[in-house]
Amino acid sequence: MEILTEYGDQLITAFIRTIQLAGLSAVGALVLGTILAAMRVSPVWALRTVATGYVNIVRNTPLTLVVLFASFGLAQQLGVTLVDPNSPTSITDSSFRLAVLAFSTYTATFVCEALRAGVNTVPIGQSEAARSLGLGFTQGLRYIVLPQAFRAVVAPLGSIMIALIKNTTIASVIGVAEASLLMKEVIENTSALIVVGLIFALGFMCLTIPTGAVFGFLSKKLAVRT
Amino acid sequence: MSNQPALKTLYDAPGPRGKTLNIIISALCLAGLVGGMFWVISALNAKGQLAPEKWQPFLTADMWRTYLLPGIAGTLQAAGLAVVLATALGIVLGVGRMSQIKILRYGCGAVVEFFRAMPLLILMIFCFQLFANYNLFPSTQMAMAAVVTGLTLCNGAVIAEIVRAGVHSLPRGQSEASMALGLGSGQMMRMILLPQAITAMLPPIVSQLVVALKDTALGYQITYVEAVRQGVQAGSAYSNYIPALLVVAAVMIAINFALSQLAVTAENRLRKGRKAVVKPEEVAIPQI
Repeated sequence: MEILTEYGDQLITAFIRTIQLAGLSAVGALVLGTILAAMRVSPVWALRTVATGYVNIVRNTPLTLVVLFASFGLAQQLGVTLVDPNSPTSITDSSFRLAVLAFSTYTATFVCEALRAGVNTVPIGQSEAARSLGLGFTQGLRYIVLPQAFRAVVAPLGSIMIALIKNTTIASVIGVAEASLLMKEVIENTSALIVVGLIFALGFMCLTIPTGAVFGFLSKKLAVRT
Repeated sequence: MSNQPALKTLYDAPGPRGKTLNIIISALCLAGLVGGMFWVISALNAKGQLAPEKWQPFLTADMWRTYLLPGIAGTLQAAGLAVVLATALGIVLGVGRMSQIKILRYGCGAVVEFFRAMPLLILMIFCFQLFANYNLFPSTQMAMAAVVTGLTLCNGAVIAEIVRAGVHSLPRGQSEASMALGLGSGQMMRMILLPQAITAMLPPIVSQLVVALKDTALGYQITYVEAVRQGVQAGSAYSNYIPALLVVAAVMIAINFALSQLAVTAENRLRKGRKAVVKPEEVAIPQI
């Protein structure tokens, strides 16, 4: 119990950081993943090749390495820190934003693959009908194919989002003050190892289990009935 | 994996205008790509990261012997060991979750759901501290033990779900027929259901190996000697972080890409084989 009184505030701040990381990265990953999926099914050869190459490279890189590249490569070498250098919190802000960027670029590849599988489930007649109405490729994709593809892959997207929440712990490698960094600190200062472990386990279960439940509900609600 | 569009009929064969448009878009895309690469390379060059002396160490035996090879070996060892243990654990948990005994079923279900909800890093930090407090392993192997334990528990939970999906996707007739022959539930699982399900489970398990390989990089944070940590160490020793990380990335991507291709090949072969009762795609669980 002393752990809760001593670290209670820090726990809440740390888990809020985790939620912020996961939420922002989820938005970034969905946007980028949708763009990548559209590129991968597009009629233009170069777009397909670039998107395929991107997905195959990033998906096979360990996330720790992606995060380290964002920190060492982008921030230190290329000077892309994503913050105003004069702001007082520029260092923490910078590592937070770089982490979001890294998670988005990594998770987007999985979103892309899921969506591509979703596009495959849309009956061919749908896009043929779209074309016969005079819609072009982008219009057909935007109004006809992608909305149905999204509804088909809500459940896999849920698994990806849960994995993203769990992956945010990796941000501690560049010093973002989220849950796992706090856990490392707490676990060294207390002897109640099991209690600390259970508190953090519970914290993450409070995040992942409702996410799974929401996506499970949505996937039933939104499933395309034929 | 293939470069072909997912659905060939998303668009018609382009006409003359469409062809020109496609070429223009392709050119713009390639120009953007080349421009971006040029910017990155020139910025790195300005920082001196591309200077030959930063890359020279990779031609020396010392670099590989002291840093990179032990790291890669550590990664492969931990991932290989973890996947073998996780497969065993996964089969036990997966079968337990389908057991007739209520307590066993709910117990295994709870264990699986718990470890699926837990971030691997939290688990590793916890195991590391646990082993350190109770001196369960010699200090040289503690990080390895923590990495392998964490990976085994997390991947075991995932493989348990793969096992369950594989068995559930078998036709009902299989279990009905074995019940009609008078087999008990344990015999049915062991002699009829698992042998048939295992072929369909193979591709997702190979993909899980890729996941485990990538996740050993989390050992970075608990001082396990794996590829990424060794890359960073080499980078600080020769003060060439970017080249060192690039080399490590290239090695990891090559290994993982080969394994992913193996999973795809296995899946295609299974799909063509006439013996397979279950379609592999019914068992596939999104890997991340």
